[in-house]
Amino acid sequence: MSHRIRIVGLADGLPSSESASFEVRADEHALCGMERLGRRGIPVGCRGGGCGVCKVQVVAGRYHTNKMSRDCVSSVEETQGYALACRLYPDTDLDIRVVGKMGRAFTKAELSPSQGGDSVTAGKSPAFDMSWRN
Amino acid sequence: MALTGVLRPGHVALRVLDMEASIHHYTHVMGLLETARDDQGRVFLKAWDEHDHHSVVLRETDSAGMDYMGWRVDSNATLEKFAKDIEESGLASELSWVAADEHPQTGRRFRFTTSTGHVMELYAEKGKVGNGMPTLNPDIYPDGLKGMSPSRFDHCLLYGDDLDNTMKLFIEILGFTLTEQVIAGPDKLVISAFMTCSNKPHDVAFIRQPCKGKFHHASFLLDNWGEVLKAADLISRNRVSLDIGPTRHGITRGETIYFFDPSGNRNEVFSGGYISYPDRPVLTWTDDELGRAIFYHDRKLNEAFLSVVT
Ligand code: FES
Ligand SMILES: [Fe+2]
Repeated sequence: MSHRIRIVGLADGLPSSESASFEVRADEHALCGMERLGRRGIPVGCRGGGCGVCKVQVVAGRYHTNKMSRDCVSSVEETQGYALACRLYPDTDLDIRVVGKMGRAFTKAELSPSQGGDSVTAGKSPAFDMSWRN
Repeated sequence: MALTGVLRPGHVALRVLDMEASIHHYTHVMGLLETARDDQGRVFLKAWDEHDHHSVVLRETDSAGMDYMGWRVDSNATLEKFAKDIEESGLASELSWVAADEHPQTGRRFRFTTSTGHVMELYAEKGKVGNGMPTLNPDIYPDGLKGMSPSRFDHCLLYGDDLDNTMKLFIEILGFTLTEQVIAGPDKLVISAFMTCSNKPHDVAFIRQPCKGKFHHASFLLDNWGEVLKAADLISRNRVSLDIGPTRHGITRGETIYFFDPSGNRNEVFSGGYISYPDRPVLTWTDDELGRAIFYHDRKLNEAFLSVVT
């Protein structure tokens, strides 16, 4: 028994792309299903209900969850369909919106290539975004 | 005695969502040894080669993350002196004493919160339960070790905003040495600091981020690269959530693998590094070389590694 999860766009509620839909087996959580099939769309973090980056809102379908960190999903949010994808088990096909974000504090800035022409990072050196301090 | 003051990281107290799953992870997969449970339901564990009663404390609640980190100091006189120095420095808040035996076999603890929002404790006494071998003519490891079986709890990496005052507190008041730092931007802002109270590459590290009291990982020591690879095998065999590795750090030179406990708290097991005497020059990394500094082989930053905290 498996169920299909469809990721819908934040603004229009329509499917965001062809690939943003995947089958989840009865014995696995939504994030695990996505990762096992090599799909993307929901940010993947701890896979343990603790970090919050995989937060989604279920907009259609039935599901159940196991324990999620209250720091990530409040009890009010829980009644509004918010859940952590790594704690989310579909009981029917689901439509979900992605809410969680990865890496808000760290951005990739375009810096000059490092000395010595490092082929891996040249022109794409990552930098810390410290703009929050200003 | 040449090593005085703060001796070592003595314990890390973690919040977990599911105690049963956590005990399985920390004992069966990681190979820590359970030494006690208390009437609050907390579980106390230690690594095999630690003589002290516990180095990991688990508490079941509705969130993940770190409750506090504890440091063993050399004596009660030192404990009292540090308590006074910390209070006078104004660099920490919420100062208090935790009564003896609030942790099993542990003396009173002086508790304070750093400017990065992390609760820290100092204590001078904790029962010695031994490492499973005699101290007279011992063998080199005991029988019956399970899982990854690191020899000790080694360090934590923590995220918080006011790194400057936290560095001041650890270096100027608690006597830590800065071993490595990461600087960013034209004003060379320190965005990460690695500090030791002993002669390890670090006993605690911080990254400057706009948050308070966040936990990146708790780390445990293995013997060698082969054991790091074996840990990777055990992570797959036990379907543990893998973060990144096996790989190598530029900073601290450690050979490492990162994974998550069942509540999303990040763990590291690692080997290697170097000996840092207090007069060793500080190593400095710039943010445009941060990929190599963090993951020496990949030379790329990993978003999940940097962004996911509890
Ligand atoms: S991945 Fe961390 S809460 Fe789901
Ligand atoms: Fe580490």
